[in-house]
Amino acid sequence: MPVLIDTVNGDKRPKVPSPAPLYKKREPIYPKLVHGQFRMIKWVLLVATLAVYYILPWLRWDRGPATPNQAVLVDFTHARFYFFFIQLWPQEVYYFTGLLVTAALALFLVSALFGRLWCGYACPQTVWTDLYIVVERLFEGDRNARMRLDAAPLSFNKLWRKTGKHMVWLLVALVTGGAWVFYFDDAPTLMGQLFTGSAAVTAYLSVAILTFTTYALAGSMREQVCTYMCPWPRIQGAMLDEHSLQVTYRADRGEARGPHKKGETWEGRGDCIDCQQCVVVCPMGIDIRDGAQMECINCGLCIDACDEIMDKVQRPRGLIAYDTDYAVAERLAKRKPTYHLIRPRTVFYALALALVGGVMLYGLLTRSPVALDVLRDRNPEYVQLSDGAVRNGYTLKLMNRSTHPTVFWVDFKGPKGAVVRAVGQASARTLAVPLEADGQRSLRVFVTVPPDEGEHDAHHSRPATFVITAQDGQRAEKKTVFLAAGDD
Amino acid sequence: MANSNHDKPTPQRDEISGVDTTGHEWDGIRELDNPLPRWWLYMFYACIVFAIGYWILMPAWPGLHGYSKGLLHRSDRGELSVALHDLSAKRGVAGQALVKASLEQIEADPKLQAYALSAGASIFGDNCATCHGTGGTGGKGYPNLRDDVWLWGGDLASIEHTIRVGIRSGHPDTRQSQMPAFGRDQLLTGEQINDLTEYVTALSRRKASPATVSRAAPIFQAQCAACHGADGKGNQAVGAPNLTDQDWLYGADRNSIHTQIWNGRGGVMPTWEKRFDTATIKALTVYVHANASGR
Repeated sequence: MPVLIDTVNGDKRPKVPSPAPLYKKREPIYPKLVHGQFRMIKWVLLVATLAVYYILPWLRWDRGPATPNQAVLVDFTHARFYFFFIQLWPQEVYYFTGLLVTAALALFLVSALFGRLWCGYACPQTVWTDLYIVVERLFEGDRNARMRLDAAPLSFNKLWRKTGKHMVWLLVALVTGGAWVFYFDDAPTLMGQLFTGSAAVTAYLSVAILTFTTYALAGSMREQVCTYMCPWPRIQGAMLDEHSLQVTYRADRGEARGPHKKGETWEGRGDCIDCQQCVVVCPMGIDIRDGAQMECINCGLCIDACDEIMDKVQRPRGLIAYDTDYAVAERLAKRKPTYHLIRPRTVFYALALALVGGVMLYGLLTRSPVALDVLRDRNPEYVQLSDGAVRNGYTLKLMNRSTHPTVFWVDFKGPKGAVVRAVGQASARTLAVPLEADGQRSLRVFVTVPPDEGEHDAHHSRPATFVITAQDGQRAEKKTVFLAAGDD
Repeated sequence: MANSNHDKPTPQRDEISGVDTTGHEWDGIRELDNPLPRWWLYMFYACIVFAIGYWILMPAWPGLHGYSKGLLHRSDRGELSVALHDLSAKRGVAGQALVKASLEQIEADPKLQAYALSAGASIFGDNCATCHGTGGTGGKGYPNLRDDVWLWGGDLASIEHTIRVGIRSGHPDTRQSQMPAFGRDQLLTGEQINDLTEYVTALSRRKASPATVSRAAPIFQAQCAACHGADGKGNQAVGAPNLTDQDWLYGADRNSIHTQIWNGRGGVMPTWEKRFDTATIKALTVYVHANASGR
């Protein structure tokens, strides 16, 4: 990876005065409103992501009378997770692991290809900060007006604008926190409870905490969350390389920069007229012309700002564009730039993503609504009966994950002549166990093998299998062992 | 920099970042002296404020006579006793269900059975496992509760009664049986006891000398059959063990059998009626019955 800063004219960042202060005061950032294609994409995504967040818990999904009809629900009380047609039990927590691994791999792949798309467009911190800046702009005007207002002494005008802004911010924060709790309980019921004061303390506490975090993180912390708190900007250094597309200042085209008067020649100078528009629109308060840097969230607003200026000075667009460091270096060396989206790294990420995603999908599609666990008695491992027969005890966990009640037929395959008996039920080769919808139950089962069944089965350990079959034919089986004194 | 600690670190400007270093150097690695963000400082202040509030509200300061109780009067010990109280109230509700239902109903109802089995497991572990073993398989002189051999009966009612009154326990209705010490008390001669040992061995279908067995038959009918039955199959009403099966409380070999006839040993099981309430006894009964396959 080439040294990024060297592609620009040295380091333009302000030098820290010596000795450095112990604590760094936040430099307020006043991002200017910009128009253009990336701003439009961000508006659309802002509306879309917020809509998903607020509407999702209100969608209904019919699962029959025994289970809740909320499409997306994390039901801690009954230890269930519902996502449309998917219904997960706590034992299936590996699906969440798979989901997290898939998400991480997708993030790696996207970052290696196109830089930090997630940070710039979809991260909640970005979306809510954008929303808060909209509110801010509504009350205090655009960048210059806001700077004037902050510098001005306290007046009625300043007071009502600031108060109004914070009130609306708090309202947005409250609605944000309020929507969160709907994912954890029946939304319409909880809505009523929240307003009548009869909801659980945890619900109010969650709303309060999320109201506070939204207000603090999107209102006053903003870019500091990305710079200081979030680990992703640090991790992305390992994901990006010189072939990753990211928001890039085309140093090869822009330098040497400097003011340009109308009618002057463009010969012998760069296209950058040093108008600072890319800096003033930046929500992170950085100068993209310093090259790729940790603070940059790749939102593309500086591209829009620069394109607007390039149109005005009648130079081609794209002085700041999604480009690669490699291409910039190639152009500087007077070579034709090439782009390499398919690299060992991206191929590996894509393969890993396809593999994990495929396994997840296969698991979900072939997931049986019937599940069985077998716990063999360990103390004692087997019991010798008075007639020489041997008895083993097992505890079966039967799970009916379907939405309708059923009867399980429990079969035992193992030593010859084995008789299965469940506590509270009659002896039989096959047991019938009723189970309610979305229910589970444990069953104490004893298997007795009579002595000397020709093959001396009673005196030797043998592999065995429990098989359960639901009324609708769904099956699950579990291998275990029938233990006796002898070994084969 | 040299390894000496006496060298005063000299801060330098880092060329790439433009930030001062701390002046410390470890194997060529230098540390940037970046300032902490201001919000971090505010968090630190907030923690101090929280700590002060904590001092006032919660028990915090040790004193000569106890400690400061705090405005909230919070106490872990107090919360534990409340939690224990709540737990026993909850157990009371479940216990009522056990008291109301018959033993057979408890065993047939999946929910009641599950409760009785898990409650029974902990009761058994605390009180019975000392003699009968954690798995309930007993040992020499302590009956195995997992198999199909029962001295006093293995049905629900018999098990419950045994738990209530115990065996040779001193309870007025205790289960009581006594095998005579034929040798020690000189009720039989040594030769007769030798013959009986051979006879009992033959009862459980093992090889024995036919001449000795026929010699001992009249002795068995005279001295043993009253309790153990003419066929030696025992009698659960009086707690007399079955001598024809392969289960031996005091050992299966001839020496053990001989010793038992000579000394007439008998174990003691305490009565649990006064120490357990009805719900506990019922849960334990169902647990023991279920572990013996609930026949």
